[in-house]
Amino acid sequence: MKYLYVAATEEVEREALAAVTGRVAAEFAYPVRNLELGSVDFAFDAERRQYGSIPVLGMLLRGCPPDAAKVLAVTERDLFIPVLTFVFGQAQLGGRVGVVSFARLRQEFYGLPANREIFLVRAYKEALHETGHLFGLVHCAERTCAMSLATTVRQIDLKDDAFCAACGARWRRHSEGVQV
Amino acid sequence: MRTHWQILVVDDEEVMCESLAAWLREDGYVVDTASSGRDAVEKARLRDYAIYFVDLKMPGGMDGIETMMQVRNLHPEASIIIITAYATVDTAITAMKEGAQEYIVKPCNPEEISLLVNRIIKVKNLQRENTILRKKLTRQYSVHDVVSKNPRMQEIMGLCSEIASLRSTVLIQGESGTGKELVARAIHNAGDRASKPFVAVSCAALAETLLESELFGHEKGSFTGANQQKRGKFEMADTGTIFLDEIGDISPKLQVDLLRVLQDRTFYRVGGSEEVKVDVRVVAATHVNLQQAVAEGKFRDDLYYRLNVIEIRIPPLRARREDIPLLADHFVERLSHELGKDVSEVSEGALRLLLDHNWPGNVRELENAVERAMVTCRGSVLTESDFAFLAQTSPPAATWAVPAGMTMQDMEKVLISTTLQRTQGNIKEAASVLGIDRSTLYEKIKKYEIPR
Repeated sequence: MKYLYVAATEEVEREALAAVTGRVAAEFAYPVRNLELGSVDFAFDAERRQYGSIPVLGMLLRGCPPDAAKVLAVTERDLFIPVLTFVFGQAQLGGRVGVVSFARLRQEFYGLPANREIFLVRAYKEALHETGHLFGLVHCAERTCAMSLATTVRQIDLKDDAFCAACGARWRRHSEGVQV
Repeated sequence: MRTHWQILVVDDEEVMCESLAAWLREDGYVVDTASSGRDAVEKARLRDYAIYFVDLKMPGGMDGIETMMQVRNLHPEASIIIITAYATVDTAITAMKEGAQEYIVKPCNPEEISLLVNRIIKVKNLQRENTILRKKLTRQYSVHDVVSKNPRMQEIMGLCSEIASLRSTVLIQGESGTGKELVARAIHNAGDRASKPFVAVSCAALAETLLESELFGHEKGSFTGANQQKRGKFEMADTGTIFLDEIGDISPKLQVDLLRVLQDRTFYRVGGSEEVKVDVRVVAATHVNLQQAVAEGKFRDDLYYRLNVIEIRIPPLRARREDIPLLADHFVERLSHELGKDVSEVSEGALRLLLDHNWPGNVRELENAVERAMVTCRGSVLTESDFAFLAQTSPPAATWAVPAGMTMQDMEKVLISTTLQRTQGNIKEAASVLGIDRSTLYEKIKKYEIPR
């Protein structure tokens, strides 16, 4: 049997991991398992003071459990790709591994008072979004769909925590082995 | 419809190249990468990318500006975005002067790139839509747009060009759905009357009295409900072309009226006494065999000869099967845009199915079948299963029983008559179908007194 793994780096609080795992398990038809990851300090870029998401994906690919259909990692570290100032997450389109950063999903990052409820909803939306990419879904033009592109937390907040009907149908076809 | 647009990312740093490409792929674009300016120019020679992201500083003697200039030589419409980590006012000015659409400094905000790409693609979509609409308006019925590689169709289109500027009446014969109106419009648009009105009338759609009023107009009070004078289609088509579709279905009285118009281009409005003179080119069309209708006394021979100055017989689709793949591709391309579906091709299996189908409704039926398949298909390729409905809609093969007492000669006569009907009187094609030479066929037609 193949599993959808939700992995977490060492600094991620377990309660947040459990919440995201529970929602991913409820949304996708795959059996879900958790995976403990170590530190991602190797991906630290001293000049940018951020963590490269590409080395993190490389690590995930190397450490992919044999029974993993997909691995979605979550981390508190602020991620980037060289051409962009940051990314909320990154996933191989139709591939095996993806990662979501919690860093910019927290109100504290923007100098606002912490709000756990807002953070968890954002975390779940982004986990759903990156997992959608793992299942081959591309960005959706429907702004309320979880697969729409968000480059700010405000855009994440405007999304629903679910796929639109079209993306839902595409995901179901993908899981049936049909090219989406 | 994002996947139609392709993007090339050019950077000597692999991680830079691949990470931007992956990010853009998540947006649904087809993205290629190039590791140098030369590599980019080579790829641009093979493919027309909508957007190029080009790093300014690249080793190997070809920097971003030089790459951009060479790409623009190949594709002047290409949108090029220069990326650099070392922003200076001078390089930005140079890049923009040389034709860069944008100049961005890395690392840049994801929102910035996203908005930039969306804006460029939006403009490109509008440009493409505009091109398609313009083409639709001005060239939809152009001779060059008729999709066919069939020699007879090529001959027909050649003939259309030759006769386009004459005023001679044209009679187009062909089964339903073969594109008779398309040919009529092609003749109109290729000639001197292109900028003048083209008025199409379906003679089968209206009752005799209504058709008379429709064609010639009426005077106020000429019949109940005629509250004011009305111009008919002939007057509306003055200086242009009138297309009389299904001419074989008009009544004997209208045949007389039409004969008069064809003879001296004059007529009277219904209830009127003033002669109206028009300069109209008449193109008529019918799916019935007019020659046979004349022989049977259903259609006036003098009108037939007036109409049949230039005769065009459009072959049915089953007689030009080589056009089916071409037409299918043409409809997929056009409808993918109109329906907003990301369908790009027809699978080989589906094409075999289309080639085997008999197409009694001809090109119109093929177009409808492609549209129906596109509406329901799930992927980007139309497969056999998308055309499964064709098997259900095909009429069952007719069974034919030989009537008792039929002689060999009777049978031969029926066979030749039926074949001639199918080929619409085309001797060469009928002889080919029957497997005899033309002179033999002529002899048998004469012998059995078969009307053509």
